[in-house]
Amino acid sequence: MQFMLLFSRQGKLRLQKWYVPLSDKEKKKITRELVQTVLARKPKMCSFLEWRDLKIVYKRYASLYFCCAIEDQDNELITLEIIHRYVELLDKYFGSVCELDIIFNFEKAYFILDEFLLGGEAQETSKKNVLKAIEQADLLQETLILTAEHPLISIL
Amino acid sequence: MPAPIRLRELIRTIRTARTQAEEREMIQKECAAIRSSFREEDNTYRCRNVAKLLYMHMLGYPAHFGQLECLKLIASQKFTDKRIGYLGAMLLLDERQDVHLLMTNCIKNDLNHSTQYVQGLALCTLGCMGSSEMCRDLAGEVEKLLKTSNSYLRKKAALCAVHVIRKVPELMEMFLPATKNLLSEKNHGVLHTSVVLLTEMCERSPDMLSHFRKNEKLVPQLVRILKNLIMSGYSPEHDVSGISDPFLQVRILRLLRILGKGDDDSSEAMNDILAQVATNTETSKNVGNAILYETVLTIMDIKSESGLRVLAINILGRFLLNNDKNIRYVALTSLLKTVQTDHNAVQRHRSTIVDCLKDLDVSIKRRAMELSFALVNGNNIRGMMKELLYFLDSCDPDFKADCASGIFLAAEKYAPSKRWHIDTIMRVLTTAGSYVRDDSVPNLIQLITNSVEMHAYTVQRLYKALLDDISQQPLVQVASWCIGEYGDLLVSGQCEEEEPIQVSEDEVLDVLEGLLVSNLSTPVTRGYSLTAIMKLSTRFSSLNRIKKVVSIYGSSIDVELQQRAVEYNALFKKYDHMRSALLERMPIMEKTATNGPAEIVQTNGETDSTILDTKHLPNITQPASQANDLLDLLGGNDVVPVIQTTVPTKPASAGGELLDLLGDLSLTGGPTPTPAPSVPMSQPPFLLDGLTSQPLFNDIAAVIPPMTAYNKNGLKIEFTFERSNPNPNIAVITIHATNSTEAEMTEFVFQAAVPKTFQLQLLSPSSNVVPALNQGSVTQVIRVLNPQKQQLRMRIKLTYTHKGSPVQDLAEVNNFPPQSWQ
Repeated sequence: MQFMLLFSRQGKLRLQKWYVPLSDKEKKKITRELVQTVLARKPKMCSFLEWRDLKIVYKRYASLYFCCAIEDQDNELITLEIIHRYVELLDKYFGSVCELDIIFNFEKAYFILDEFLLGGEAQETSKKNVLKAIEQADLLQETLILTAEHPLISIL
Repeated sequence: MPAPIRLRELIRTIRTARTQAEEREMIQKECAAIRSSFREEDNTYRCRNVAKLLYMHMLGYPAHFGQLECLKLIASQKFTDKRIGYLGAMLLLDERQDVHLLMTNCIKNDLNHSTQYVQGLALCTLGCMGSSEMCRDLAGEVEKLLKTSNSYLRKKAALCAVHVIRKVPELMEMFLPATKNLLSEKNHGVLHTSVVLLTEMCERSPDMLSHFRKNEKLVPQLVRILKNLIMSGYSPEHDVSGISDPFLQVRILRLLRILGKGDDDSSEAMNDILAQVATNTETSKNVGNAILYETVLTIMDIKSESGLRVLAINILGRFLLNNDKNIRYVALTSLLKTVQTDHNAVQRHRSTIVDCLKDLDVSIKRRAMELSFALVNGNNIRGMMKELLYFLDSCDPDFKADCASGIFLAAEKYAPSKRWHIDTIMRVLTTAGSYVRDDSVPNLIQLITNSVEMHAYTVQRLYKALLDDISQQPLVQVASWCIGEYGDLLVSGQCEEEEPIQVSEDEVLDVLEGLLVSNLSTPVTRGYSLTAIMKLSTRFSSLNRIKKVVSIYGSSIDVELQQRAVEYNALFKKYDHMRSALLERMPIMEKTATNGPAEIVQTNGETDSTILDTKHLPNITQPASQANDLLDLLGGNDVVPVIQTTVPTKPASAGGELLDLLGDLSLTGGPTPTPAPSVPMSQPPFLLDGLTSQPLFNDIAAVIPPMTAYNKNGLKIEFTFERSNPNPNIAVITIHATNSTEAEMTEFVFQAAVPKTFQLQLLSPSSNVVPALNQGSVTQVIRVLNPQKQQLRMRIKLTYTHKGSPVQDLAEVNNFPPQSWQ
């Protein structure tokens, strides 16, 4: 996978994970164009499209579009499963996840993604293991808080 | 200083902004606060500030002043700091930034941290965005972690190694020992990432690939793992809709594909498991289909037995009928890849593919169109063309150009009859006329010219189309060209194929003049119609009207039009004696496969193409350059008419008696002539191959002695020989005709015929006047293909005019030197 973007129906970016080195300007350009292209698609159309020299796999979950750019030799159908798995993870973590959860807890969304994918490939195929790792890491975060505030309140 | 506002608070505040300007103001205020906080080196809230910065960065605002802060966070001992710091690094610090190298040391330390989650952070960051320098520095650490027994770290290290290899391929060797027992892991995460690592290594290095095939016996291991996945019972941890770890299955199948490609043994070893997966996988959900898809790709790529391949194509066929459009899309893509190799198997699904032309999705339609064109052949051409023409009618404009070109190509290759071909072209021009590619116009003109017996029908249909609609430029251009050429046929009502229409010369000229004045016509179209009008001056009788039109445009603002009109005017006035010659019917044009000038042989003047037209071209060399200009004006840039011996073949009667034609030209290169009378157009005539790549005369000319072929009544014809270098079966003969009498021989034409087993090609003569008293000679080149190396025999026919009376003679040439045909 080269990158993954999450954006709303209005085209607002909610998450961007890039696995290839590109300048900020290029990233912005790609994002803008791709968001426009995907939003222009009608609901009956299939989830794959060719864009530049990449294959784009996208799926809409409620008000959020999940969009991945994969390479020629990658399997589009399994990428749909990867997207679905990520949504399931978010759902389990936040409890019936909605767009607002991702907006207000974007850093957590990234952490979860980074426990599921690494360098664009899946590192863990067991849902349970991913969630367990996140849980442990969250705990670790909280035990190292040094402020006077309530230990369970996040420093952020 | 009060604590900086919390992240969630900021997000909430920013979201209340009602305008872009308001948002920008809030952001600027907060950025200022953050900046001063950074300046104060506040450790406590650095993490919070960077997190806020990352949020603002996602909204599109600059955040570069936070880069160094991320580094400080990474170096901190607090886990929260590290988490946000590494996240910030991944978002803000890609390898293009100078500061990113400063991370290297931190990452190195964290790779050796006591807490696995910290190690995990470091591995993740390195594996996502590590630059080549960083990878070089830290590869050793990654390799170490690849050998750890901690599966949490091992799986991350494997993917990190993949990234390192991608960035610095030379380091691949270093990871080889660590891969030794990766596949004996039970942990699926490690298995999955290991397969990815092995895939990367095998893809990049053929040495690695053969190493893994032979030494490591990778294939049996993978087969075993895959088998376990399929056979084992329900495993809740890895189950997706009843399938056990589909991600791992798909990756294993992909690695098997690489291992089996081009290798018989490996392919055989995986045959069974592939068949098993193909038949046992549940297809009701996307997951199962994803596995089947990967399986099909693997089967098609390796050296699988034919039964397996048919199974794969049938799976794709079933995909085509699936309700899920994603599956249909994927099926069409795969079929497109396999249509060349497994053509017959794919043909079986042709009707389903054609149905996909009616799909709503643009990508599916495009794929179906490409696949349909790939499947067209001589047997299904009529049916397929019907579907494709219907598609052309109703498809999006983006498709029309490609579809039209595809239809033309297919029609050219497989047209069952001339009439059908012309009808198809007409249909395309009238439905998608404006989308047809520019180069189609000359191609079509050439096609129409060469379909001699259809001229009347074609021009009639085109004329009727013009009456309906003059907006589609390619159609208009072809139509006006044809009317210019065959206007006489149109007016005389000669059409056999359909009911001839009654149209007068004036009506035709009305239409053409209408084109000239219409706003819809482009300058190119106007050029075509003006030239067409001019050509009609030799075919119609209403000269005055034509003269008037031509002279009007002599003062046209359009320079091209003006030039043409002026030149045509000149034709009427000063060069009227040449007009009929110049505006002659076009001879059959030879299509050049590559449109390159190398294959075109320019000629000047005469040829006795008796089949083509009844008018004999005058033997004047003077207007030759003007003739060429005329051709340039008419023909467009791509097709240059080669006035040559490209006449349709007549079956040679036994014994090779003299044919009226100049020889049997099977231009497709095979020894047997094609039965179709049309000149094959898609391949360069093989006899001309020698011309393009070799100079006509090569150095071994001296080897074969010249001979006198004919010597009678003062006319002597000598043959000199060369061997064509690229093809030793071709003998190149140059005839030299000399005239020893006192009067010159004019209108000299040399013809030759050879027995059936030979093929002959006659190039154009240097001139058709043999000067008297041996003062010069006429030369002409003959190329004879003699694949069976039989004794060369030739019958020649000479016609010329001598002292006012025509002379004709036949002769046999049998005295060819043996070297010329051995």
